[in-house]
Amino acid sequence: MPKSSLKQTLKDLETKKISIRELNQDYLKRIKENENLNVFIHFSEENVLKQIDNLENNNSEKKLKGIPIAIKDLFCTKNMPTTAASKILENFHPTYESFVTQKLLDEGSIFVGKTNLDEFAMGSATNTSFFGNTINPLSKENEPLAPGGSSGGSAAAVAADLCLGATGTDTGGSIRQPASFCGVVGIKPTYGLCSRWGIAAFASSLDQAGIFSHNVEDASILLKSIAGFDQRDSTSAKVDIPNYFENLDDDLNGKTVGIPKEYSIDGTPMEISQIWEDAIKVLEKKGVKIKNISLPHTKYALPTYYIIAPAEASSNLARYDGVKYGFRSEEIDSLDEMYENTRAQGFGREVKRRILIGTYVLSAGYYDAYYLKAQKVRKLIADDFNKAFKECDFIVTPTAPSAAFPLNEKQNDPIKMYLNDVFTVPASLAGLPGISIPFGKDKNNLPLGIQILGKHFDEQQVFNAAVSLERSYE
Amino acid sequence: MKIDKNTINKIARLSRIKLDGKESEDYIKDLNSILDWVEQLNEVNTENVEPLSNISSSILPKREDVSNDTNSSEEILENAPDKLEGFFAVPKVVE
Amino acid sequence: MNNLIKGEKYDWEMVIGLEIHAQVKSNSKLFSSSSTKFGSSPNSQVSLVDAAMPGMLPVINKYCVEQAVKTGVGLNAKINNYSVFDRKNYFYADLPQGYQISQYKYPIVGEGKVTIDFKDGTSKDIRIVRLHLEQDAGKSLHDQNPSKTYVDLNRSGVALMEIVSEPDIRTPDEAGMYISKIRSILMYLDTCDGNMQEGSLRADVNISVRKPGDEYGTRCEIKNLNSIKFIKQAINYEAKRQIEILESGGSIEQNTMLFNTSTGKTRPMRNKEEAHDYRYFPDPDLLPLEISKEEIGKIKSSIPELPDELKNKFIETYKLSNYDASVLTAEKQTSDYFNETINSDPELKNHAKIVVNWITSELFSLLNKNNQDLNNSPVSPENLGQLIKLISTNEISGKIAKDVLEDMFSSGKTARQIVDEKGLQQVTDQGEIAKVIDEVIAENPKMVEQYLAGKDKLLGFFVGQAMKLTKGKANPKMLNDILKQKLNKKN
Repeated sequence: MPKSSLKQTLKDLETKKISIRELNQDYLKRIKENENLNVFIHFSEENVLKQIDNLENNNSEKKLKGIPIAIKDLFCTKNMPTTAASKILENFHPTYESFVTQKLLDEGSIFVGKTNLDEFAMGSATNTSFFGNTINPLSKENEPLAPGGSSGGSAAAVAADLCLGATGTDTGGSIRQPASFCGVVGIKPTYGLCSRWGIAAFASSLDQAGIFSHNVEDASILLKSIAGFDQRDSTSAKVDIPNYFENLDDDLNGKTVGIPKEYSIDGTPMEISQIWEDAIKVLEKKGVKIKNISLPHTKYALPTYYIIAPAEASSNLARYDGVKYGFRSEEIDSLDEMYENTRAQGFGREVKRRILIGTYVLSAGYYDAYYLKAQKVRKLIADDFNKAFKECDFIVTPTAPSAAFPLNEKQNDPIKMYLNDVFTVPASLAGLPGISIPFGKDKNNLPLGIQILGKHFDEQQVFNAAVSLERSYE
Repeated sequence: MKIDKNTINKIARLSRIKLDGKESEDYIKDLNSILDWVEQLNEVNTENVEPLSNISSSILPKREDVSNDTNSSEEILENAPDKLEGFFAVPKVVE
Repeated sequence: MNNLIKGEKYDWEMVIGLEIHAQVKSNSKLFSSSSTKFGSSPNSQVSLVDAAMPGMLPVINKYCVEQAVKTGVGLNAKINNYSVFDRKNYFYADLPQGYQISQYKYPIVGEGKVTIDFKDGTSKDIRIVRLHLEQDAGKSLHDQNPSKTYVDLNRSGVALMEIVSEPDIRTPDEAGMYISKIRSILMYLDTCDGNMQEGSLRADVNISVRKPGDEYGTRCEIKNLNSIKFIKQAINYEAKRQIEILESGGSIEQNTMLFNTSTGKTRPMRNKEEAHDYRYFPDPDLLPLEISKEEIGKIKSSIPELPDELKNKFIETYKLSNYDASVLTAEKQTSDYFNETINSDPELKNHAKIVVNWITSELFSLLNKNNQDLNNSPVSPENLGQLIKLISTNEISGKIAKDVLEDMFSSGKTARQIVDEKGLQQVTDQGEIAKVIDEVIAENPKMVEQYLAGKDKLLGFFVGQAMKLTKGKANPKMLNDILKQKLNKKN
């Protein structure tokens, strides 16, 4: 059965072809049928029904009225607990609603549940969650696949058609990579486009909220809903948010696409190089000028990221100490013991690994060699992009170096896992908008993704290129 | 080897994370391999490069000095694992 | 000046530097909009940001930035156009974020200096290293429960200015004068309420001792002193402790000390933290703080007269002594009171010295006796001015004026009211005074004889008798003159 798009559903609701209740009951049914995927950390049918009741009694016009949306469990929500997939936030009930989720509520959407993720968004397979793995809906029987991560639950929710859209966060690829693994669209906008207020922080200078959807049009509708200035976030951008959907234009004639040579990496599977070439060919046919560009510091993006992100995380996660909220260990003979046991028992292995490495690179005697050095290389990486974007309107690359891999692969070697983000991390460091769209399949018929990067706050160009490629592929 | 037993104990202590023996060994291994890997940054010449802390090019927004937050103490204490007489409670500290 | 203290074996010099924490006088906190009001019920002035709830973010208070700049100007310091907020990472129960937002590498205010004045007319500059903005922590209460420490976050996130001095201070008295001077400047600028009891102003003292001419010794830091008396006590005790150790061949361990206000002793913190490693790094939730030259200029032009400027003005305008002028300007409320008094009547400008005396001795001692503050003095500057005017125009004598002031203080009436009601006007009628003197002379013939025989001291006796008869209201000068005249006539 073809999945219904957000665009179509909005029309059907408007013409009363379907009611809000019928629509959501359809989704509720599928959610219950797919419990084995472990997509949701929190799901309550009762809560969804209550939201339907409320909306049925509400006559005001809202842009997303009745639309079922899944929320990554990193966004604080008033009516559902928030865990960040960590034991340390056990039983945490925020008394506040994040900026992004509040906007979605204001538009009348229905939250079907809180989706699974890597603990505190640290991971690339949704396998570091305290609440167990999420299974990629595209898995074949007996061979469960990872949905990617960290927003694997949200990507899987869209892929399994358990919602019409989902929120995610992307620090180094956590929207784009799982979108690619699950065969859905995922956009990480420019750093600062969506307020971080109310999102449990991982790495503040990189974290950015974004959207998963079935197609580019839907993503353009949803992104507009969650973007905008927020005075409670000092890094929130004061920019006008265009109507991406109405402005969508798949005519790319006369545009220039940048193809960075550094993204041809040894060991990349043939199929991935192939879809990249295919995408370039399609663009060429559409009258797009192909420009070979160089982003010389690409190779250093991953090590840079794996210094900066853990450093910020080691400080951001210091607030989880068993005093104000969440889990507190039982072994608490002294304040220090309370801290050490609470954090030892409350955090999982990957989170602890990153806290430790982050603490180390900031510690006396190592700050300059690691953290400061990484910040300088980050500057060079950002400069590479600035230079490249003088010569092109957008950049096209593969999203990930592989298709979805088996659930338990790559667990024991952190660096191998980190390499998943090789194509997504550079744009994160530069704060640029990026989208991943499904574009081709590998030999096992698993989806592969193409990534389109744009200039700061030029989400429109990213959407236009994406919709153009998407339409040519369909 | 950059991280030895002493170092891992020191940073675990700074991070307030208790590690048992087996865990420390695993982390010593992990952290050393990560640090060896990031070592490649030394190939990059960063002389006269300004460190980049935040990608935002805007200026720090400032708020007016108005006190208008109206959270009740009940709300602030709602999620506390231990609270007594309107306070957060923790094991006794001897200064 | 000899600032050395004697040990058993050697003379020692103290080397002292102060880190003053001054709470910015603002309505809301440095990075959140909860109230800064003192003394509210626990955890009632805590925002989600102050409690470090997940996903909460800091947004800086513009007014606090301006107050820091203002203070920097008052400290004759360099204002930095570019400064950065860093995170200082450590764990403590009353530090909800697990880090304090502070300024490390790039403070908002750089080097400056303040001058302290000694009684003997000399003065000394104390150099300021920097002033930076930072968040206050919450409060831990250790004695409310036998097995638990309580945490109140009302204070968490309140804006502090940390003012760091060079180790230019050499005696406990200098330390006291330095913090008094800083307090005075802050209060003139109105950037801090200066209330040490409530903790709005407190200091950490770094102190070491050395033999004169030697390098600096190892220092200890005494934390969180909230009165000038305690600062002096703590320094004295700590210096003696260090000297005893050094003279008996030991060495000083660099330590953080606590001062016990009831025993007057310092001791190392029991919960000795391992070598600090605060892992400062720029707070990624905030951008660098940039202040333009124009903004600094605007703030500069809004700054009121500071104590040193005012002191010089008083000396020049009213021909006051350096000492009188510095007493008047030590506290803003005193110089304000003086200004209001002297401006209440044009005539008083010619009697500035009298005005100073009536404020700093008579009024102050009444306030002291009644445990009151000049700010809510029952005698207004206008009323005091009226009283002084009555003295300067000879309507009442100075002696009677003291009684009148006491009456004003307790009844709240004006000087004029009291003088009129009680008929205290000075008697300046020559005839009336002469009549009284005649009476006194007539009643004391023996005394007159002795006086005329050369016992000059008896003049006072006659004055006293005459004053008694006029109930103290006779103009003393006239009384004296007429008395001498009449007695000499008898000769």
